[in-house]
Amino acid sequence: MANIVIDRIRKSFGAFQALKEVSLTINDGEFVSLLGPSGCGKTTLLRIIAGLETSTSGDVRIGDRSIIGLAPKDRGLAMVFQNYAVFPHMTVYENVAFGLRMQKADDARVKAQVEKAAGLLHIEPYLDRYPNKLSGGQRQRVAVARALAVEPKVLLMDEPLSNLDALLRLEMRTELKTVLQSAGTTTIYVTHDQTEAMGLSDRIAVMHNGVVEQVGHPVEIYNHPATRFVGGFIGSPPMNFIKVPVSNGRVAAGAEQLAVPEDVGNEIVLGLRGEAVELAPLPQGIEMKVRVAEPMGSHLLLTGSIHDQPVRVILPASETVRSGDTIGLKLDRKRITWLSPESGKSFPAVSA
Amino acid sequence: MTQNRPWIPYLLILPSVAFLALLFVVPLVQTIWLALSDNGAPSLANAERMVTDINFTRSVRNTFLLTIVVVPVQIAIALAMGTMVAKVGRGRETILWIWTIPLGISDLAAGLVWLSILQNTGYFNSLLFSLGVIGRQASWLSYQTPVALFIAIAVAEIWRGTAIVMVIIVAGLNQVPKEFKEAAEIFGAGPWTRFWRITLPLIRPALQSALILRTVLAFEVFAVVYALGGRNFPVLVGEAYNWQNQNQNYSVAAVYAVLIMIISLAATLIYLKALKVDPERLS
Repeated sequence: MANIVIDRIRKSFGAFQALKEVSLTINDGEFVSLLGPSGCGKTTLLRIIAGLETSTSGDVRIGDRSIIGLAPKDRGLAMVFQNYAVFPHMTVYENVAFGLRMQKADDARVKAQVEKAAGLLHIEPYLDRYPNKLSGGQRQRVAVARALAVEPKVLLMDEPLSNLDALLRLEMRTELKTVLQSAGTTTIYVTHDQTEAMGLSDRIAVMHNGVVEQVGHPVEIYNHPATRFVGGFIGSPPMNFIKVPVSNGRVAAGAEQLAVPEDVGNEIVLGLRGEAVELAPLPQGIEMKVRVAEPMGSHLLLTGSIHDQPVRVILPASETVRSGDTIGLKLDRKRITWLSPESGKSFPAVSA
Repeated sequence: MTQNRPWIPYLLILPSVAFLALLFVVPLVQTIWLALSDNGAPSLANAERMVTDINFTRSVRNTFLLTIVVVPVQIAIALAMGTMVAKVGRGRETILWIWTIPLGISDLAAGLVWLSILQNTGYFNSLLFSLGVIGRQASWLSYQTPVALFIAIAVAEIWRGTAIVMVIIVAGLNQVPKEFKEAAEIFGAGPWTRFWRITLPLIRPALQSALILRTVLAFEVFAVVYALGGRNFPVLVGEAYNWQNQNQNYSVAAVYAVLIMIISLAATLIYLKALKVDPERLS
């Protein structure tokens, strides 16, 4: 069993707190992404788990064994680096075999494991080559094969796809998912790319300023962000936040009255996904002034304002709305997230 | 543009070619001719005179011995220094600056500094005397103490010449991304394995440059030896100097010069072959 428990990890660089009491539990065989903008502490956390960085306080346990204080090699993990870190002076074969050689595995086992890993990543044809003869995508395959060859209990990946071009990234993403699913390795994946995290992860931990803002299934995080930061960071376009007046526990959206959570003040923030709307005639719908309409082929992207606050919404490509129009929108009330204007935290979903 | 006027690149390198031809190729040809001629006719008489001289064998032996001892020690010390300074955070620049001070001192001055330490009335003897190790002045640099003289010269040379090797090696170490070492660490390589299997192969180009530079300079060692040992420790360049100035025999001096050049070229070739670097393999 290789579940990982991250227990109140703190890390300070001088006066700067890179991680403020981060706790997270990752189940055996699970794929969890640490997602956040640069500087949020995600890479620092990964490096603490790897043993490349020391934490200021807190504990990390893998399979109920504390690994804080152990050398990286004694932690039973493997890592894939952003810039691949494939050794340029060794052949692909020797690169993939590196971890096994360090474990003093016999030649037969090295050969078997290298061939197995190379097969999974489709790099058998390049085993005799040097990395300089490989493309970026192939080098990253070598790096992943090197990590899988030692059959680690835990696999750490630090932005492994961010050096690849967009097309290759998509291809590698799909492939990584297939390979890692079949390997069943517990994986922690650091990325700033939310589509990568959404597509790959069993769960995502969204980090911001050294704090885990929310942990959950990608769809749950997308639909019900715990904070304004999460809603704004996940999704393209990001979630819209509209400050609206509350009267008698209700918010007026065109002709509709929306129930809001109890005990709120005069105002509340309405969090709305761009696609959780449909066209409705005025005045039944809520009024939106469209500044720019962009037909994207698959959908229609409208930029404008509701209650004089900027919003972006998405309509089916079949609708005809032009720049400068004023339209009415019916909101999908099941997909509304209510947030506190003061704390930026969301309220639990309300019924009706 | 240059397609229309193909002579432009040649015009642009002309000054440097002319400069080199005038101040390098011409003297080189003259020196070789001076070495291999006698009274205007090709002859090996000068070479014969050099080889039969009493100091020739000693100077060859001393020069090679010094090179064989000094260069590996310098490389080892420089690697240790470079590896240590890589771990230093604050104050790194200052440490590097202090370490490179010997670079700024001319070799003759360096020789005189070590002379002031090691001569009979020098600091080293004063120290030993005050500690009660010796009862009277000991001599370290005379022809009667060849081992001490050799060690003194080697130490002075190591002190003087290690900085340049370190500068090159530090530059090489800086080129190695830290992820290589981290990856090796994660996959189970200890400090020694990381050094031998990752760092050393990756800084091979720097190592090669440092070796070539230091070896060629070691074969040309002169001022430090002259200051400390005078003619008690003959070396090749010292002999060339003596034939030129004391003996006023420019031809034999020229043979020495040619010999030193051949040895240096041979050493360079050996390094280039032995430490063959495929630049593409290091990216």
